[in-house]
Amino acid sequence: MTNQEKYNEAFMTSFSISADKLTGLTYQSIPEWDSVGHMTLVSALEDAFDIMLETDDIIDLSSYEKGQEILSSHYGIQF
Amino acid sequence: MFTFQESQVVAVTPGERLLTGSDLARVGGAMGKLVPPRSLVFALCSNTEGSLCGYLACLQNRVVPLMLDAEMDATLLGGLIQTYGPQYIWLPNETAQQTMFDGWPLRLNAEEYGYRLLENPRPTPNLKLHPDLALLLTTSGSTGSPKLVRISYDNLLANAESIAQYLEITAEERPITTLPMHYSYGLSVINSHLLRGATLLLTPRSIMEKEFWAFFREAGATSLSGVPYTYQMLKRLRLQRMELPTLRTLTQAGGKLGAELVHEYAEWAAQSGRRFVVMYGQTEATARMSYLPAEQALTRSASIGIPIPGGSFTVVDTEGKLIQTPETPGELVYRGANVSLGYAECPADLALGDVNHGVLHTGDVAQFDADGYYYIVGRLKRFVKIFGNRVNLDQAEQIARGLVSDCACTGEDDRLVVHITDSTQQEAMRSHMAATLGLHPSAIAVDVVAEIPKNSAGKIQYAALTR
Repeated sequence: MTNQEKYNEAFMTSFSISADKLTGLTYQSIPEWDSVGHMTLVSALEDAFDIMLETDDIIDLSSYEKGQEILSSHYGIQF
Repeated sequence: MFTFQESQVVAVTPGERLLTGSDLARVGGAMGKLVPPRSLVFALCSNTEGSLCGYLACLQNRVVPLMLDAEMDATLLGGLIQTYGPQYIWLPNETAQQTMFDGWPLRLNAEEYGYRLLENPRPTPNLKLHPDLALLLTTSGSTGSPKLVRISYDNLLANAESIAQYLEITAEERPITTLPMHYSYGLSVINSHLLRGATLLLTPRSIMEKEFWAFFREAGATSLSGVPYTYQMLKRLRLQRMELPTLRTLTQAGGKLGAELVHEYAEWAAQSGRRFVVMYGQTEATARMSYLPAEQALTRSASIGIPIPGGSFTVVDTEGKLIQTPETPGELVYRGANVSLGYAECPADLALGDVNHGVLHTGDVAQFDADGYYYIVGRLKRFVKIFGNRVNLDQAEQIARGLVSDCACTGEDDRLVVHITDSTQQEAMRSHMAATLGLHPSAIAVDVVAEIPKNSAGKIQYAALTR
């Protein structure tokens, strides 16, 4: 699986949504992405990429696009 | 109930907006001119100025609010309006745009707070509210169940006073909102602090948002509160490594956190000069029944502590006889001035007086140690706590039956399991339960089984399902 696939998979399983919903997805834009869903997403991303997200990055991860930016700039994950 | 000086800062919201005693007096006065005492108002709550103003204006005018989640599902809200026929609704402007409020005249527009009061064109005729009734809370979060807890003015005051005492709350405190205002625990944080003249830091943001922490730091929050799930999230956020010099007190209630995590938080709190206070309660007791003094949290991490000032516990066996031997489980019974008046399930029940007489059978199985500290060891009733909210498993099962008839519900805290036999309904069931119960889908598992085990009388054998 490519990093992009792993990344998408984390969102799709955490929120039970399909791939076409990912672009432009933001925190609280769907009922599933609330604070509970956010925790699930953070765990899924940490497991998928074998990383530990820093506090600032967890609370900064406010959209699908922002998450990619955080993972590539702070954790060296290439998309 | 509460008195505020005109210049007193009652609450602060992000952007350094201040809510003062004179603001509250203005809204309270406006409501008092329009709404007669003993009216029923649905108050749609969020952690905002508008919500707080409306709640306090109701108390001041002896108007009775039913506290509901402003984000509540419109169909469920419609059902409650149908059942109780309130005279008014206090709600955010956006929510007031919904078609179900077409034909509800605008009576009060608190424009500066984004809230308004609408009048119901078809209220329950001759609705009678008991003179002692102060407010109504729902029993299980946002399920839309019409079962409400009736709380009196004495209940509110007694519980706020006890909490303020054991937490040693002063006017210097600045608690930040982390729990909803319509939830008994969240409301108790507000009441106990207002009683002592403290300043509330109101934010609708969650701990998972950076705006929350920015506000926490800029407004200098001194305490936060959370249900078990909040503390799991805070652990993930590595709270213990965060720079929060103003934070002094952390309280936890709304379910069992687990001794290991309690110990971990208590240890950190002790080392950093803070207090971690585990507490226990139910909406039926207004909010609080016991607390574990912070200095005991390291040695008695699994305990719910001792009764709050003014309250007492007993443990009784199945025949109702008092258990006097330590470490012997039985049903936990609470006595105190904060035990609610009783339930309401229809408008006529709102006229009822006190049916509990200060005694609450908690439905929890508990035991005490030789020093008088209490421990919850089980439950008599079939319910689980999901993110701090009680979910009755029998009720959940009825909701599940709305989709497929052959099903059963079991679960543990933070996890509801629906057992079904029709595998094609797995995903549909998950969304059905999440939507109807207002729960996050990750808390719901749908388990496909060959059959739902039943005994000869047709009763579901739950133990066989969870084996």
